[in-house]
Amino acid sequence: MTSNPAGAVPVLELRDIRKEFGSVVALRSGTLSVHGGSIHALVGENGAGKSTLVKIVAGLYQRDGGEFRLDGEDVDFTSTAESKAAGVAVIYQEPTLFPDLSVTENVFMGRQPVNRFGRIDRSAMRAELERLFQRLAVRIDPDRPAEGLSIADQQVIEIAKAVSLDAKLLIMDEPTAALSGVEVDRLFAIARSLRDEGRALVFISHRFDEVFALCDTVTVMRDGAYIATSPIHETSVDAIVRQMVGREVTDLFPKLDARIGPPLLEVEGLTSAGIFHDIDLTVRSGEIVGLAGLVGAGRSEVARAIFGVDGYDSGSVRVTGTSLPKRKPAEAMERGVALVPEDRRRQGLVLESSVARNLTVAIRERLAKAGIITGRSENAAARLWASRLEVKTNALSSLAGTLSGGNQQKVVLGKWLATEPKVLIIDEPTRGIDVGTKAEVHRLLSELAGRGMGILMISSELPEVLGMADRVLVMREGRITAELDRADATSENVMFAATHATGAQS
Amino acid sequence: MTAPTIERSDVTKRLRAVSAVREFGILLALLLVILAATIANPNFLFSADGWRDLLLTPSILVLLAVGQAIVIITRNVDLSVGSVLGLSAYLTGRLFIDLQGIPTLAVFLIVIVFGAVLGLVNGALVAFAKVPSLVITLGTLYAYRGINVLWAGGDRVNASDLPRDFLALGTGQVLFIPILTIIALVVLIVAGWVMKNSRAGREFYAIGSDPDAAELYGLRVTRRLLVAFVLSGALAGLAGVLYAARYGTVSSQAGSGWELDAVGAAVIGGVAIFGGSGTVWGAAIGAGLLLTINRALPILGIPDFWQRAVVGALIIGAIVLDRVLALRQRRKLLEAREDES
Repeated sequence: MTSNPAGAVPVLELRDIRKEFGSVVALRSGTLSVHGGSIHALVGENGAGKSTLVKIVAGLYQRDGGEFRLDGEDVDFTSTAESKAAGVAVIYQEPTLFPDLSVTENVFMGRQPVNRFGRIDRSAMRAELERLFQRLAVRIDPDRPAEGLSIADQQVIEIAKAVSLDAKLLIMDEPTAALSGVEVDRLFAIARSLRDEGRALVFISHRFDEVFALCDTVTVMRDGAYIATSPIHETSVDAIVRQMVGREVTDLFPKLDARIGPPLLEVEGLTSAGIFHDIDLTVRSGEIVGLAGLVGAGRSEVARAIFGVDGYDSGSVRVTGTSLPKRKPAEAMERGVALVPEDRRRQGLVLESSVARNLTVAIRERLAKAGIITGRSENAAARLWASRLEVKTNALSSLAGTLSGGNQQKVVLGKWLATEPKVLIIDEPTRGIDVGTKAEVHRLLSELAGRGMGILMISSELPEVLGMADRVLVMREGRITAELDRADATSENVMFAATHATGAQS
Repeated sequence: MTAPTIERSDVTKRLRAVSAVREFGILLALLLVILAATIANPNFLFSADGWRDLLLTPSILVLLAVGQAIVIITRNVDLSVGSVLGLSAYLTGRLFIDLQGIPTLAVFLIVIVFGAVLGLVNGALVAFAKVPSLVITLGTLYAYRGINVLWAGGDRVNASDLPRDFLALGTGQVLFIPILTIIALVVLIVAGWVMKNSRAGREFYAIGSDPDAAELYGLRVTRRLLVAFVLSGALAGLAGVLYAARYGTVSSQAGSGWELDAVGAAVIGGVAIFGGSGTVWGAAIGAGLLLTINRALPILGIPDFWQRAVVGALIIGAIVLDRVLALRQRRKLLEAREDES
């Protein structure tokens, strides 16, 4: 269907690209070679390094090592402007438009047609846009501001930008995540026509059905490294999933067996229109329930609704048998529910406050005597948790912002454990934490479950889910698509449930 | 869904009308103030002095407001313009005193470049140190004023130190229009044209509309921000020369507090404080309204105390109005989308 003559120079060639952020290696050896007239899928788990690779191509990040060629020539982009000038267009997950400006201006910003006095030729710009929109079979009012456009329309405008740039390489980072079926079809039709013009496209997606429907080649990444590239007709979903997750992990994160007791948290039919639907789940004493799925599947939203940070439309939440009112986080805390959020720097910690204050912030009322908290009682309570969790810090008075990621996570965890919760909801417990600390966090969770706590663990890392959870629930696009026991859960079936609609379509 | 050309939708048409109305409304308010004051005292408009003051008073502030509008449109603010004006005005005086016989044109050029350099300092700190402009320019507001006090001490430039033909600029007229007003108008027309029709102007709007998107888009954000602050500084420099020409006396406190008038003028004129929308024309009309109200209120018999309050009410009213309009626009756009789908 497309021609990839052997020996032709690829439009984009990346070889052994390396990128580090401080001590964290985001990309060990990113390799990708994309030819003109081809749609190349780039797949991998969250954190496999896809987005980092894209940002290097876009000129947003500079690589620390490796080779980067466009049309066979070595390039070294230090800004997005340079990569754009070289014919690279990137469509990010979140469209990046200027809300106050018109659709037309958004497409042509920075390279509007001008006359010899430098005056923007609006009628030429407008005519050009109409040609462009006709070609893409799009009907969006060119004069309206970009504000209020649907994600689908915004994405179309991003594509129009890329096409008008005459980009030879178009990278789309999960463009379909927010689109409906019809909109996906429209996007694919445009992508195919761009391919037929000889452009090179890179398509990042977690939806394998789309990858197989659209792409001709697929490259798999894992843990910041290149794994394999194969023509699409020579591979299968199973093979790709194996390449994506393939590692021996089950003994890395052992959860000790604990006596499973009565249900502590029961959620029934929880629904919030457009976000999640019919969520049923139960967490028992001594149990760790893993909530797996892709980023954006609605897991964190469910957690926030259970805890009462966000509201929901229907359904019920019960804690130890009695129902919990919605939108009342204080009540949830009182009843023994704790939520350790995903974004600990923004939602979990007061970075400018001391470790001691952060550790005790959730139990301030209990510490206060006649409304006053003394430094001594604060420090005593904090010392207890800091030592139990082995927080490595010079002093309880050091600022939380100065701790490493792993220690920050421990402080957040300690803050909630100080409230002595019965149910712990923990969102991405080990994101951005080094391997050693990861194991410590896992050991701690296992120990807490052993003491009878019920834990709902949201995690995008398959090995963590498989190693830690007694039961695995898999979410996809706001619904629970699978419930697997520890014995039955494998990388393959979890990944499959996370990426495939099962039975009834939503 | 098949028509080949794309018509402007009803919503878009209505929005265009609304944004035109915004500036027209301020102009109307200005005219009403003039009308009311003229009815109370016909000399407000129909006397040689009244007419001159009406045009002359806002002219210097218009320059600051235009510069301020450009900076605010990029989602920044320049609080140092009052201090830059003061320092520039004093420099103007020193140049005439220390370099006897220096051509007036040379003074203009030197002081404008001087203002631009002060603006460059602001811009560089904002663009490279990545510190919010509110903090940076608050710092330079005091720093520049401090330099001014250090330099001038208790000294002041007096009208007698300045050449007669230079002072004539400050009060002179061409065809019943003060020279200062003509200068302000020329600056306004050029700035308005640039902001509307040039790539640089449109990029100011884009950066203010969403700075992160501008970065991803590949716009040269750093360079544009520098330019915005340099323009604001240069215009404050020009305003400083004209201040010296108009008032003759320049102490170390010249232009104190003018930065707030400049911000106020821009906001009253419909320049969104979050950047991305508004015009320099609106800011200029806002400057006119702000200073004309100040002169009209005593004529209308409103006590001194209330005059400041009226200005405050005007600023808050303008911000609330803009917010309401923005929310309404957003809702209309969302509704339009629901209708389509």
